[in-house]
Amino acid sequence: MSEWTRPRHLPEALEILAAAPGPYRVISGGTDLMVESHLAPERRPESWLDISGLQELQGLQITEEGIRIGAATSLEAIRRHAEVVAHWPMLAASAAVTGAPPIQNRATLGGNVCNASPAADNAPALLAYGARLEIAHHRGSRWLPYGDFHQGYRKTALQAGELLSAFWIPYPPKHSRGYFRKVGTRAAQAIAKVSIAALIEEDSDGMIQSARFGMASVAATPCTLPSVSQYLLGRALRDIADAQVRQRVGQDIAPIQDIRSTTEYRLEIASRLVLEAIHRRSESKKED
Amino acid sequence: MSLTLVKQRTDQQTASPRRVDGVAKIRGTALYVDDLPCADVLHGATVRTTEAGGTLQEVVFDPAIDWSEFVVVTARDIPGMNAVKLLENDQVVLVDRAFRHAGEAVVLLAHADPEKLRMALNGVSLVELPNTAPIFDIDAALAAQHEIIPGNIYTDYLLDRGDVAEGEHLADVVIEERFLTPSQEQLYIEPQGMLAHLQKDGSILVEGSMQCPYYVLDALVQCMGMDKDHLRVVQSTTGGAFGGKEDYPSVIACHAALLALKAGGRSVKLVYERGEDLRVTPKRHPSRTLIRLGANKAGELQFIDMDFAIDGGAYRTLSPVVLSRGVIHAPGPYKCPHIRVRGRAVATNHPPFGAFRGFGAPQSIFAMEVAMDRLARKLAMDPAELRRINLLRTGDVNPTGDVVGADCFAHAALDVALEHTHYYHRLAEYRAWNAAGHQTRKGIGLATFVHGAGFTGNGELHLASRVSLQALANGHVEILCSNTEMGQGAATTLVQIAADALGLPMDRVHLAQTDTSRVPNSGPTVASRTCMVVGDLIQKAAGQLLQRLRETAALAVSHDAQSFAAACTRLCAAAGDALVTAQYQPPADMRWDEQAFLGRAYASYAWAAYIAEVEVDVLTLATRVLDFTAVQEIGNAVHPVIVQGQIEGGVAQGIGYALYEDVLWNERGVMANDRLTNYIIPTSADLGFIHVVLLEGGLGAGPKGAKGVGELPMDGPAPAIVNAIQQALDIDIRQIPVRPEMLLELTVSGGN
Repeated sequence: MSEWTRPRHLPEALEILAAAPGPYRVISGGTDLMVESHLAPERRPESWLDISGLQELQGLQITEEGIRIGAATSLEAIRRHAEVVAHWPMLAASAAVTGAPPIQNRATLGGNVCNASPAADNAPALLAYGARLEIAHHRGSRWLPYGDFHQGYRKTALQAGELLSAFWIPYPPKHSRGYFRKVGTRAAQAIAKVSIAALIEEDSDGMIQSARFGMASVAATPCTLPSVSQYLLGRALRDIADAQVRQRVGQDIAPIQDIRSTTEYRLEIASRLVLEAIHRRSESKKED
Repeated sequence: MSLTLVKQRTDQQTASPRRVDGVAKIRGTALYVDDLPCADVLHGATVRTTEAGGTLQEVVFDPAIDWSEFVVVTARDIPGMNAVKLLENDQVVLVDRAFRHAGEAVVLLAHADPEKLRMALNGVSLVELPNTAPIFDIDAALAAQHEIIPGNIYTDYLLDRGDVAEGEHLADVVIEERFLTPSQEQLYIEPQGMLAHLQKDGSILVEGSMQCPYYVLDALVQCMGMDKDHLRVVQSTTGGAFGGKEDYPSVIACHAALLALKAGGRSVKLVYERGEDLRVTPKRHPSRTLIRLGANKAGELQFIDMDFAIDGGAYRTLSPVVLSRGVIHAPGPYKCPHIRVRGRAVATNHPPFGAFRGFGAPQSIFAMEVAMDRLARKLAMDPAELRRINLLRTGDVNPTGDVVGADCFAHAALDVALEHTHYYHRLAEYRAWNAAGHQTRKGIGLATFVHGAGFTGNGELHLASRVSLQALANGHVEILCSNTEMGQGAATTLVQIAADALGLPMDRVHLAQTDTSRVPNSGPTVASRTCMVVGDLIQKAAGQLLQRLRETAALAVSHDAQSFAAACTRLCAAAGDALVTAQYQPPADMRWDEQAFLGRAYASYAWAAYIAEVEVDVLTLATRVLDFTAVQEIGNAVHPVIVQGQIEGGVAQGIGYALYEDVLWNERGVMANDRLTNYIIPTSADLGFIHVVLLEGGLGAGPKGAKGVGELPMDGPAPAIVNAIQQALDIDIRQIPVRPEMLLELTVSGGN
């Protein structure tokens, strides 16, 4: 039988992890891990470290620069938080389409990211908003841009003894607009086939000052679109060639065929969504 | 408009008493098989073949495991015949040597500790010599050199009326198409399971989740080599079935009983985990239909020519019966002089396919109804108008050569559906919307169809169902029948029919537990027959009981519950027999030629017109059902809310069949998407509005003219939805489910 430890304070949890980093599996809401544990009992860990009791990992705090969200904050709390809804609507939206309400009640933002699924529902919004991660260790914390967190399929930058403790998300630039869309296998309780969050900043002349994209289910990890962003920088909307964007989307993502969708569909829909995100405010009607 | 002939329901709520099983289910006190209290129980598990057919060379037990702790059962432990009792004894209970698909049971294990059992499962290795070329496709099976059975055909039927060559001569317009439908999983909430006990007297009791207790009993008799008096089957609360618990519970019951027999008095519980249930239990037959339709310029059908083939999987099981229903329903509710439907059930190396709501009809109706829209387009005719021209009327000859009587409401259903949806208005509205270049395209699609209730042809005659009513001294009455409540509402409906016929309040009537040691065989709970056929027997038995009470216990002609109870007390005190039994008698005009597929195939047909309104996202090509209107003439709605629930549920499954549900197969022919996260059924967020309109002509074979309703709503949604999408996107669709990936292929390569 497995051992279950539920510390009350972060230092205690970090001590436990530092002392025996190997066998512990960190769990909070358990909405992914419990399913896996049921389906693959042979992969059940010897010891569970339950971080749902750590006050330090709970809640949302607004500051002048942005918002701090504790890693073990539930998606339900995030999607209903007035400041999140007002300033980071794509995050509120992605939390609201993660699983369904019963899952959102238990699932946490940190868990969604640490589970490291390529289809993680909240990853695109965090990438587009330029989130940073606070990673705790008993010897001290470090900061990491979220874009550097996913290092390969189901592989994260977390080192032995480390625990993801919080997200820092800056306010979006003043003249920016967001676009979020999850294309799932159905309207609720769905795993994404493609999802996108985009944050595009334009100056008063309609020049793109910055464009940041986050996508899920189109590569081995949630990913950004560096060459698309690069292409858009300093361009006016009317000067953007859709074919150029499509080509760069193809460079930036590596979709696969799996049980949920096809490579062709993912690539095509990813391109359409990126173009939709870019052009949504422009007047020109596009055919599909 | 023929509306005057039929009554449209408006009193759904008042005419619908509470469900008799409702409170226990809402409070969570109903006991499903996994909840049944049982001391000192052993848990069972199954070791299965992994190759898609072949021969079993050897079974190797890991010497590191102490097998004396386990109950171990192999084919050698079967006391009776090693064959699952069904139409034919071709399927083994446990593989001895030859096998035909991956997932066949070879070894059964039982242990008190589920964890040890799980480890032990990995300690049994099978040495399998696989077949060289497994077959997973219908046309590949028909063309294959390698034969699973001779010709790879279980059954070959021909409905052949008139002369198709003559029809071709008369037709001005002909269309030809090839349609595919996939398998579909029933996805009952409660996975399958059985609990078996060896009693002190050597008899065996099996309890569990099932539709047909007497099928299970017959299977146990054959496999255990015991007589019926030493076997007892009891249905526990059953959490959904939809046909999925028609035949396979016999297999699990035999397995559990074999383990219990060897366990020396300890009970054995064999309950499947969801993944195992999905991988091994039967699902809807995939189908392939080649269809040609011909019409004259006026749109009158001149011929229907169909080659309808279903994948039966590795054993015959129920495939011939599924096929026969598919063939009979294929030509739809239309008048056509020349009809040929060839139907074949084909052998492949998939696990056997089985019963699922609709039972072959949704597959062939899909082909026919999508083809009708194709024909309408070629005739430059409105699809509703084409149907109106061809729908059967009283006095017409139907596809099986029977003259249609007064019980014909095809036109009424169509008229009401068109009116209810403002069909022509919507059609114009959606055309304008699509022309305006919005981010979505909209369409409205139609399907008209009939569904026959009860067993096909002479099936009910062979079943010879019996139902008993037992009057108790306190004036309560028990219904004794083998039909099961599995969530569909039969318990309430049957009690309601009995109470109504006896002139008693519902709380004086009880449905006895479905226990083969007590209830007579009133046939299986399948084929939309329970309310119509069994309900009618209950009504007849109620008449007999009243007559007996009047003749021998001085019951007044007009009675209330109190005087009824007094008469029951007198009858029981006089040691009179308070049990009456009614047996099925076929209607006088029921004539069916099973060889020629001619005559009256069903005692009653229910008539329907379904209309789907859909919206397709231009960007993602995801389809959403906006509104779904289901109009059906069902004779008499005994319990309108239950009927409405049946139709809404069936439509939901039909929407799943049309847009979402796709059984994917791995290279060994086993379901690959065996989890609820990747076998996609629609949620409430996906369904849109479902409008149910009940028409009641009162002419069916059941109580007060009721007809079967359970399967009907599965037939119409897929073709109606596909017709709507075709219209919205101006494309041809030949296959379901219509997933966005398929629409992308069609719109990028085809003509968007």
